[in-house]
Amino acid sequence: MAKMNMLQAINEALDMAMAANDKVLCFGEDVGVFGGVFRATSNLQHKYGEDRCFNTPLVEQGIIGFANGLAAQGSVPVAEIQFADYIFPAFDQIVNEAAKFRYRSGNLFNVGNLTIRAPYGGGIAGGLYHSQSPEAYFAHTPGLKIVVPRNPHQAKGLLLASINDPNPTLFFEPKRLYRASTGEVPEGEYQLPIGEAEVLKEGTDVTVLGWGAQMEVIDKAVEMAEKEGFSCEVIDLRTILPWDVETIAESVLKTGRLVITHEAPLTGGFAGEIAATIQERCFLYLESPIARVTGMDTPFPLVLEKEHFPNHLKVFEAIRESVEF
Amino acid sequence: MTTTKSKTVYTPGFTDGTEFRIPTFKLLKQDGSLYKGGKAPDIDKEKALRIYHAMVTTRVLDERMLAAQRQGRLSFYMQCTGEEAAIIGSTAALDDADMIMAQYREQGSLAYRGFTIDEFMNQLFGNEKDYGKGRQMPVHYGSSKLNYMTISSPLATQIPQATGYAYGQKMAGDGHCTTVYFGEGAASEGDFHAGLNMAAVHRVPAIFFCRNNGYAISTPAVEQYAADGIAPRGVGYKMDTIRVDGNDILAVYQATEAARKLAVEENRPVLIEAMTYRLAAHSSSDDPSGYRSKDEEAVWREKDPILRMYNWLAAKKWWSASEEKKLQERLRREVLDTMKRAQKLPPPPLETLVTDVYDEVPPLLQAQFEKLKAHIRKYPDEYPKSAAHVQGGA
Repeated sequence: MAKMNMLQAINEALDMAMAANDKVLCFGEDVGVFGGVFRATSNLQHKYGEDRCFNTPLVEQGIIGFANGLAAQGSVPVAEIQFADYIFPAFDQIVNEAAKFRYRSGNLFNVGNLTIRAPYGGGIAGGLYHSQSPEAYFAHTPGLKIVVPRNPHQAKGLLLASINDPNPTLFFEPKRLYRASTGEVPEGEYQLPIGEAEVLKEGTDVTVLGWGAQMEVIDKAVEMAEKEGFSCEVIDLRTILPWDVETIAESVLKTGRLVITHEAPLTGGFAGEIAATIQERCFLYLESPIARVTGMDTPFPLVLEKEHFPNHLKVFEAIRESVEF
Repeated sequence: MTTTKSKTVYTPGFTDGTEFRIPTFKLLKQDGSLYKGGKAPDIDKEKALRIYHAMVTTRVLDERMLAAQRQGRLSFYMQCTGEEAAIIGSTAALDDADMIMAQYREQGSLAYRGFTIDEFMNQLFGNEKDYGKGRQMPVHYGSSKLNYMTISSPLATQIPQATGYAYGQKMAGDGHCTTVYFGEGAASEGDFHAGLNMAAVHRVPAIFFCRNNGYAISTPAVEQYAADGIAPRGVGYKMDTIRVDGNDILAVYQATEAARKLAVEENRPVLIEAMTYRLAAHSSSDDPSGYRSKDEEAVWREKDPILRMYNWLAAKKWWSASEEKKLQERLRREVLDTMKRAQKLPPPPLETLVTDVYDEVPPLLQAQFEKLKAHIRKYPDEYPKSAAHVQGGA
């Protein structure tokens, strides 16, 4: 075990993947000699050469189109989109191409080797265009996998699993935690399961569900709630698509209450999908309405970011309201 | 750091490139003779006839299948008519192991590489033998064994993919290249610019083959771009670029052969602009009489690329009118017989609705599938294609 931050854990995962398989390529805007604007690809070009880790021109649709071609050819591309806010020029290449490549060809061809990394989320004074959480747009697209890690240990194991997964995978990295989140990370290669949520803490009164950077917010809120005597079960969804219905349903059948939180706006957010499915599965066991604590239905603000943010106080209040309903 | 090596001037002068004109490369006249100074590429009789058979096969297939669509036997069809030399001439200059990423009108490439009439028909009718499992509209062919990437309807998405595929080929050092086809309309998409610029920057063995056929459905080329065609864009990316008469089988072949050499031996991507004409409608859903004249079409019928090649072959005594008649009759019969067989084959099994979305069916999707099967069991008469597949299940 070594103590490191999330960026170091991501860098180590990329390094190991490139060392293990010379078909693994890392590329994107500024990822070459500079190592990416956040330094996730530091030293990779120096270690593996300019052919395997390189800058691309500034064109997101080109980066993902290029990555799709590489993946179809048998290479293992790990493409970086500098900010998740800038992934939209590549939307067509992701939802119409990567997601449908295997299905439309009857499995003659596939781009399962593709991994797309993108930093997402707010809390860094990034305003409209350096703060968004676009996972719900992609969650509406069968054929993709969407993975979000909460800490360095998870980041390394889930990124290695994403690179090895035989399906195109979007890996959204909570950039607010890049340096803020530190922890013990196992040495060597390991993979954590995709498609499985993780129960982080067992409880009996209410299930509190989130992913990525919201897990830190949930921890603080739950600490407050437990002081009030509410027993909380905490779950990290980890994979948004395809998501682990069973683990969530099993928990809610026990607690009878569910609070879901994400940074993205409320309307059309992934919490809505979870709420709909869980009420179907757990209708007669629910003690209170399923609560959603999310960003507001606005573009991401700048100066009033704190007001907008689904922070621990808002999550705590939702827990209280749910239990006292 | 800027990279321009331009000289400095002291008065403001603009340029729109008008002084820079890219010529059109031609070898073969319509009567089958060569232009003065032109030298035919090294194509032996066997190869010439392989090319010609693919052209005639494509033409016959297109005629019969459009008729079948008109009779209501087929939902949709797209013809390659008028562009056979551009497509087949370029494919013939490649190695059969080179990857082809086509737009949708390039069935001639498949015909050249040996896709059988059976294989065409299975896709067109979406039956149980269709490699694509009945999931895509007619003409969305694909063949991994013939190195022909499955067609995708969104335009130009295949262009940056070709750049990536070719980068992988360069890394693998396998001596192969990727050829990507697209129309002059698709070249307006952002993916065109993304793909060509990245190819030039990363030096990949790719050939970008533009079929400039004059129309994007109804929109004429003059409303598609203001410049002198597509070719000048290649120069803008510092890419080796050539414009060729797309109805001239020999010129297309020679240009592509030279392009492949640049791509594979020097990792220099190439843009080829083939000037041709879409003699047929855009698709079976289109009616060109609404946007162009019969006179205009007649001018291009005179330049028919198959007739031009026939005249060249006949002059060399490699082909005759009687052989032509026999070939056409045989192909027409084969297309009709195969169509009847393909039409009778059952549709793909119900499970193909949920397979291949992922490598394995995820639990949530499996649950949806079970629910669907229960529904079909309840209303079997309403789902004649799949009712038989769900009988007896739990």
